[in-house]
Amino acid sequence: MNADVQTTAARAPSTGLRGRNYARKYWPFVVPAGVVVFAVIVFPWIFTLFMSMHEWDVRGTFTYVGFANYLRLPTDERFLWSVVRTLYFTALSVFFPVVLGVAAAVCFHRNFPLRGFARTVFILPMMATPVAIALVWTMMFHPQAGVLNYLLTSVGLPPSQWSYAASSVIPTLVLVETWQWTPLVMLIVLGGLASLPTDPFEAARIDGASAWDTFRHLTVPLVWPHIIVATVIRTIDALKAFDLIFVVSGGGPGTSSETINLYLYQTAFAFYNLGYAAAMTVVFFVIILLISLVLFTVRQREQWQ
Amino acid sequence: MNAHRIRRGIGRVFFGLSVFALISPAILVFLWMLSLSLKNEVDNMSFVPVFIPNPPTLNNFIEVFERNDFLTYTINSVIVSFGATGLALLLGVPAGFGIAKAKAHRVAALIMIARVTPGLSYLIPLFLLFQWLGLTGTLTPLVITHLVITVPIVVWVMIGFFEGLPPDLEEAALVDGATIRQAFFHIALPLARPGIVVAMILAFIFSWNNFIFGVVLAGRATRTLPVAVYNVISFEQVSWGPLAAAALLVTLPVLALTLIMQKEIVAGLTAGGVKGG
Repeated sequence: MNADVQTTAARAPSTGLRGRNYARKYWPFVVPAGVVVFAVIVFPWIFTLFMSMHEWDVRGTFTYVGFANYLRLPTDERFLWSVVRTLYFTALSVFFPVVLGVAAAVCFHRNFPLRGFARTVFILPMMATPVAIALVWTMMFHPQAGVLNYLLTSVGLPPSQWSYAASSVIPTLVLVETWQWTPLVMLIVLGGLASLPTDPFEAARIDGASAWDTFRHLTVPLVWPHIIVATVIRTIDALKAFDLIFVVSGGGPGTSSETINLYLYQTAFAFYNLGYAAAMTVVFFVIILLISLVLFTVRQREQWQ
Repeated sequence: MNAHRIRRGIGRVFFGLSVFALISPAILVFLWMLSLSLKNEVDNMSFVPVFIPNPPTLNNFIEVFERNDFLTYTINSVIVSFGATGLALLLGVPAGFGIAKAKAHRVAALIMIARVTPGLSYLIPLFLLFQWLGLTGTLTPLVITHLVITVPIVVWVMIGFFEGLPPDLEEAALVDGATIRQAFFHIALPLARPGIVVAMILAFIFSWNNFIFGVVLAGRATRTLPVAVYNVISFEQVSWGPLAAAALLVTLPVLALTLIMQKEIVAGLTAGGVKGG
């Protein structure tokens, strides 16, 4: 997807034949959607910038405070910890789904009976309503009555406190996040595998390469662009994760799983500190954008080599 | 010869087991959800889990409808998701056509940035705005904010689709003196029907699943289903059976849609990596 934008964007100027005047005739088709996108997407961006420079009270009156809201962020320990937790949560929630998703894609690329059905079942977690599955997982995590601790103890493992203890809550959330979003990585990489030429694989087979060698030296390098795209998408989604954390732990116990997004929610809609929340949003957005850009640069370099 | 056959057999068994390992977490969680929703409270809370409800009971589902205003929330969800999806199709299909034909890739990039933005950053300004306009407590703010999810999905899927259509027919029509508008309505639009179906399903599902907009903007009477289900747990001493039943009811339409339309959904997701909010 991102790949398509970039490659076609690079091609755009040379489409020449009819040139810009011809293109202009198509603008009436875009204008209605453009107006709506401006109103609900672009305008909120601009207004957020304006809000971040003001102090707001509940009735909507505001006073100009300059950069005070931004300057408060680096001194707000709760915010700084939420950044650390977000990065920790994101790193794990990208690593596991990408590794498992690539493995799953290789499996689903092979032909086997009921493949279509198995693939559909596999993607159900990412389609299901996040709140609903978060509730079911919460019940499974319950230390006394939850099914997971029963299963652990019945095979001789010690029970866990799961999302009910500060030390285990983030890995627990990562577990659900992995369960939910591995399918998206699988789909993107599967799309990549489907577009590969078959000749190199034929050659490898004739040369007697082992399955692992073929995977390492042929499959992975060839679908690498897709793996990077999946990684970027996963990173953005993990940074923005909200529903799952909100329902399973609510940022707790205490603030032990409070990510930026959760703290942002508290600041805006529990403390009604709208100006400060707006400043936090801007910084949050910049963090997401920077991380995505870094990943894309890595990707470009991979392609040049 | 025999050794070779045995090795292939082992390979097959191993492959079968890995496929099973891949799909069983999904199956088990949904089955557990079903199991919880069909059991009475004693069985749900016992330390040694009762895996198969015996006998199964529908009391949990009855309780969901009796104790809550579940029907109202269902209607709310239907209005919001259908409204936002319908509007997004009206706006997004022509826009996708225009962007694809005019090769306006900068506009497409803007849509990508919308995909990157966290949902809460729309909510803070829009929340204030809806308060000023006196719209809080109605479904209108929800339909409008859900456009943030549905419009980018529709535009994105349709750009890809219109770019993939062979231009010959349309160009022939233009050469014969048809206007662009005629070419769109009589040629491009009928050809794009499969793409519109993909866009519609994805937009609908991600709007239906959305939680964050509802949790901020919905009042008591305007809750959508995910918000309503979440609110059930804010009561103390919540019982698991009705909760699992409610969760299952909310996500059932989406699961059914995924199973029925799996080909379209896979095609759309593979192309786009779309997901809103």
